[in-house]
Amino acid sequence: MDGKELLTMRHIKKQFPGVLALNDVDFTLRKGEIHALMGENGAGKSTLIKILTGVYQMDEGEVRIEGEKVSIHSPQAAQNSGISTVYQEITLCPNLTVAENMFIGRDNSLFSNRKKYEKRADELLKQLEIPAKSTQQLGRCSLAIQQMVAIARAVDMKCKVLILDEPTSSLDDKEVNMLFKLMRNLKSEGVGIIFVTHFLEQVYEVSDRITVLRNGELVGEYLTEELPQVELVSKMIGKALDELNSLGDPDETKKVSDEVFYEAEGLSSENALPFDFKIHKGEVNGFTGLLGSGRSESVRAIFGADKVTGGKIKIKGAQVKITKPIDAMKHGIGYLAEDRKRDGIIAELSVRENIILALQVMNGFFKPISRSESEAFADEYIKVLQIKTANRETPVGSLSGGNQQKVILARWLLTHPDYLILDEPTRGIDVGTKLEIQKLVLKLAEEGVSVTFISSEIEEMLRTCSRLIVMRDRHIVGELKGKELNQVQVMKTIAGGEA
Amino acid sequence: MKNKIKNVFSNGFGQLTIPIIAILILVIFNLIRDPGFFSIELTQNNDGNNVLAGNLISIIDNASELAIIAMGMTLVTAACGGQDISVGAAAAIAGSAFVKILSNAGTDGISGGLVLAAFLFACVVAMLFGAFNGTLVAVFKIQPMIATLILFTCGRSIAYWISGSATPNVASPIIDGIGRIIPGVPIPTPVLIVIAVAIIFKLVFHFTSLELLTQSVGINGNAARVNGINSTFIKILSFVILGICVAVAGSIGVCRMGQVSHDTLLLDIEMDAILAVAIGGNNLGGGKFKISGSILGAYIIQMLTITLYAMKVRSTDVKAYKAIVIVLLVVIGSPVVKAKVNKYISRLRSGRIKASEKGAGRT
Repeated sequence: MDGKELLTMRHIKKQFPGVLALNDVDFTLRKGEIHALMGENGAGKSTLIKILTGVYQMDEGEVRIEGEKVSIHSPQAAQNSGISTVYQEITLCPNLTVAENMFIGRDNSLFSNRKKYEKRADELLKQLEIPAKSTQQLGRCSLAIQQMVAIARAVDMKCKVLILDEPTSSLDDKEVNMLFKLMRNLKSEGVGIIFVTHFLEQVYEVSDRITVLRNGELVGEYLTEELPQVELVSKMIGKALDELNSLGDPDETKKVSDEVFYEAEGLSSENALPFDFKIHKGEVNGFTGLLGSGRSESVRAIFGADKVTGGKIKIKGAQVKITKPIDAMKHGIGYLAEDRKRDGIIAELSVRENIILALQVMNGFFKPISRSESEAFADEYIKVLQIKTANRETPVGSLSGGNQQKVILARWLLTHPDYLILDEPTRGIDVGTKLEIQKLVLKLAEEGVSVTFISSEIEEMLRTCSRLIVMRDRHIVGELKGKELNQVQVMKTIAGGEA
Repeated sequence: MKNKIKNVFSNGFGQLTIPIIAILILVIFNLIRDPGFFSIELTQNNDGNNVLAGNLISIIDNASELAIIAMGMTLVTAACGGQDISVGAAAAIAGSAFVKILSNAGTDGISGGLVLAAFLFACVVAMLFGAFNGTLVAVFKIQPMIATLILFTCGRSIAYWISGSATPNVASPIIDGIGRIIPGVPIPTPVLIVIAVAIIFKLVFHFTSLELLTQSVGINGNAARVNGINSTFIKILSFVILGICVAVAGSIGVCRMGQVSHDTLLLDIEMDAILAVAIGGNNLGGGKFKISGSILGAYIIQMLTITLYAMKVRSTDVKAYKAIVIVLLVVIGSPVVKAKVNKYISRLRSGRIKASEKGAGRT
């Protein structure tokens, strides 16, 4: 590491309609370093990367490469300036060979001579110690190799800055190690690598420096060895440890009924590792952990939203089978999904139709809810939840995010569930609505409904939950209740290990 | 009507705006060309029955099979975001199955009960083929057009086998009654069947949650699944229902001709049916739908054909002229044009509001 500044981004500002995605952010990458870019959802990581790769244009600020000011107005311009990106999803052509993938679409005469470029590719693969042959079909290689080929392509294009965006999320441990070896090789050759990931352990294993963003602002740049894991977490989430320590214990411990409503033993799905979980009647619990820790995947498994692969489930002590959403719904479970657009709203249907959807499905095919009945339901919940809509026949897609969320909440409330799972119900909605939803959760619990509440904002969970299940790297690593329910303890558990 | 037109201009484009405008234009055009074009008269046919006759009657009569298939096609389109191109071939199969049952009885032996049995048999056969298509689409996730290409290719051969490698005739007053006119009723029977099928659709939508579930599956399959909807079932069901429509249309076709001709029965109807769905303002990518739009679409296509024939366009040229009109309709109904027009209308409206505010300020 010679410490010479390779890439400097200064005072970067980017405004989207209604959101300031980046506000006066600085970022510095030095020659021969691996620099982790960290932050939770909405921190501005992707925006920064997209500005650097020419996908977005910044509103203010400047980018310099080796001291020279550059203008990155397109992805092509980024490449010409020596910036290459390898995305999470491979963007190469699986039906072409490794060598073809390395040279396709590049402005050189090499591509016309197959022998020549295959030789060149083999040399490069050997030099980078990538276990692949130039003549192999790319699609037949493992994901890790495909990623490495993409990196080799970037290296051959004389890239100075290499951006790896969540490169390890679909690799196994062995493959991750292979990738890290390649990253260290490149580092020793003077390439600057920006490493975006949500795996904390990997950051500490491979990176030299960490830059943390939060809510579009720069929190700071740190040497990895000088930043303990728990401090990193607190910086990402946005609470200083000292400040947290002074908060003290929660004022009261919430009372919970003895009756267990739902119990799972060794429940697993295509996306969730086996875990045990139970929730009492009228209890509010939470799953917490960083993005990608497996909290959403776990509740999806409970609801059967992902393919369930194993486990025993009991409801009120009786063994049941829940493998798909309709099973869960019939047992009184409701689920507000994390991704509202993908799993929640039926955008072109009206507010009314969206509200009655789940109840209609539960009622069955031959018992349609009549028009007048559905209008009454819709009007009731539009009023109760104060949904702002022109009228009940407005397509739900034209509502604001917060109101869409309320519509989906109304959909599940209408089914009068015994157990309601809310995954990020407060994401992207205004503060007032957030409070309303929290209040609603507590009110439901008082009425005897069990609630699982997930939020990226830990304060919100502390305010509502009487028990927190903490996850890290797809495992449950702790369960906090009573006096342990404070931010310091939560963060320590999230960060784990040496803290 | 006046209200409707007013609505069109104040609310922008609705789903039925284009088809209604298209019909109005065709009607006006024909009236200018020939003021008596739509005149209907009561005449006696060869058998001495009173029948209504005229261009309008022949338009809605001849569009019957198309309208029925278009209704089913709307449902498949909405649920699967794709179309069934095997409906013509499947209709030939259903028609052959229909005749197969009837041909065992002699001319005198064809009773009402037997015709009903033959029709039910045709329905079952067509529903099975529909389930086959639906399974390929819903379970194996094959694109609808590719999945139905299989039956499109082999369907008419299957029909030929069922018919015992022949084109058998059926003749009976009952068959005539279905295909043409019931003595004493001056309206062609196929028209009445279209009305009946439309009413049945309306009833199904009223007594089941099919409409809501189909639209949910078509608009957002993921969300539909998370909300407990069995989208596989809904998709297969849409193909099965289309199968029933195909059986009805195929049987009408057979009764009209008095024979089943495996290679010409409802030939090329799949493309017209898809077109009818599209002209009816339904999104071919799935989602929200209106059956009424597709029925209008079917009548527009038929009205266009009859208009062209009435204009003495040579039959070989008719398709080319049809294509020109359809290109216009589809482009005008395209999202790009719709958005532009809606923008223009809203600008006009805001302009008008500003003007009226000014006026108010002055007084």
